[in-house]
Amino acid sequence: MIVMRERSIVPGVVLLFLAAWFGFAVALAKHYGLDVSLGVSTGLQAAIAALAGISGAIYFLLSDNLGPSLKAAQLLVVLGICCFLLGSWYGLFVAPPETYMGQVQRIMYVHVPTAWNALLAITFGFVAAVVFLFRSDWKWDARLEASIEVGVLLCFLLCCQGAIWAKPTWGVWWDWDPRLTTTAVLLFAFLGILALRRFVEDPLRRAVWSAVATIIAYVDVPIVYFSVKWWNSLHQQQSSPQTVSSQFYLPLRMNAFGVLFIMTGFIMLRSRIARERVEQELAPPLPVQGEMQEAV
Amino acid sequence: MIAMLRKELLLQWRTRAQFMAVFVFGAASLLLFSFAIGPNAAALRTFSAGFLWLGLLLSSTLTLSESFHAEMENRALEGLLLLPTSPRAIYYAKAIANWLQLAALGFALVPVMVVLYDAGATDVGKLMLTILLGSAGLAAPGTLYAAMTAQLRAKQTLLPLLFFPLIVPALLASVKATSLAVLGDPMEQGRSWLTLLLAFVAIYWSLCGLLFGRVVEE
Repeated sequence: MIVMRERSIVPGVVLLFLAAWFGFAVALAKHYGLDVSLGVSTGLQAAIAALAGISGAIYFLLSDNLGPSLKAAQLLVVLGICCFLLGSWYGLFVAPPETYMGQVQRIMYVHVPTAWNALLAITFGFVAAVVFLFRSDWKWDARLEASIEVGVLLCFLLCCQGAIWAKPTWGVWWDWDPRLTTTAVLLFAFLGILALRRFVEDPLRRAVWSAVATIIAYVDVPIVYFSVKWWNSLHQQQSSPQTVSSQFYLPLRMNAFGVLFIMTGFIMLRSRIARERVEQELAPPLPVQGEMQEAV
Repeated sequence: MIAMLRKELLLQWRTRAQFMAVFVFGAASLLLFSFAIGPNAAALRTFSAGFLWLGLLLSSTLTLSESFHAEMENRALEGLLLLPTSPRAIYYAKAIANWLQLAALGFALVPVMVVLYDAGATDVGKLMLTILLGSAGLAAPGTLYAAMTAQLRAKQTLLPLLFFPLIVPALLASVKATSLAVLGDPMEQGRSWLTLLLAFVAIYWSLCGLLFGRVVEE
């Protein structure tokens, strides 16, 4: 059955704190004339923030049981919402509008974080699928279901935001550029997997089949990307922090970590639900009232 | 595996009436596509490759969903799995049989395309090669998903739902290569699309063979 291991919440919190500190707190303090960088250079700060953020999220995702309640996941969601609100406030009211695109560009502060985190969620789902096929551990099936569902949600949001941004900028809602098209294909592929999970009643078959389908669909993503890239291309080139002023990347990072925390919390909550359901399905049926009395 | 392949091909030969029905379905869809465009000969000729592959794709869901029909009766799949071969042999036999059937379907639809859309191929060899490779790209993941969905209630819906997003690269490359073969290829781009198609085929024939064992195991 499903084995649960108790784990301490402390390392995860430390990692996320490091991420938030070097990700945006340093830059935010600098904006107000404070230096809290502890002598770490800018490039190193970004590296530490990204590593600590992702490993902190992974720590939370991989810990089966952080105490008896769902406090950890709820805490993450609240923390994420705080980061996200802060980042959105900064992005909407503090950061200056961009020279060429004007106010429209501000959607980048949610669009890019959504894209990063959608990819992270789907990748985590792929890892969960591979681990499930090797280990046949139900925890990984629950994680697969949770991360695919959250990933699909993020992909859907990504497509909507992309369309909202594309209309005033390119003049069309949709364009057949590699990243857009790949996101759409990804969305439909994983929606198909979610539908498959709904239609298979046997929990073992459902787990194995959706893991297989996830692996196949994930392998497809780079091929779709390159084939559409050859076919047609228009999307913006990625900018690096060197080419962007700190006022632009600050809200971006706050939102990135905000969405990351919310996503992690959601995946934790959702995988708890999935796990409970599998437990219920795998449990032997309760004896009927009459039989019990006979047995007594 | 050879015996398994013989069994599949024999089965397909015995049910050739079904192949005819699927072919008629494909031809009818090619006919219908032309109504979507209107009687514009030039436009029809330009889009002929896309229509050919869409027709083939729609017919392929019929072929694929039928391909595990025999195995579902009297739990024949379990009998096959008890044989002293690996499930991989079952998969490859099925996939090759499906591939041949889809390729035959593709070849059969080409004359229909030529007649309806006035799209005579300038390079017949390349067109043949594209159809062979493209149907191989459809057959590999299609057979795997057919094995999954054959046992489900909603197989008619789920198979395309899982299958269509996946084969976007294969479809794209096949359509491009075919339309270059039909409309002429002054820039010599056909080769790079065929390479992409070949890469897709190689990846999916190996990956799906690897994973099939897990799909059918109990």
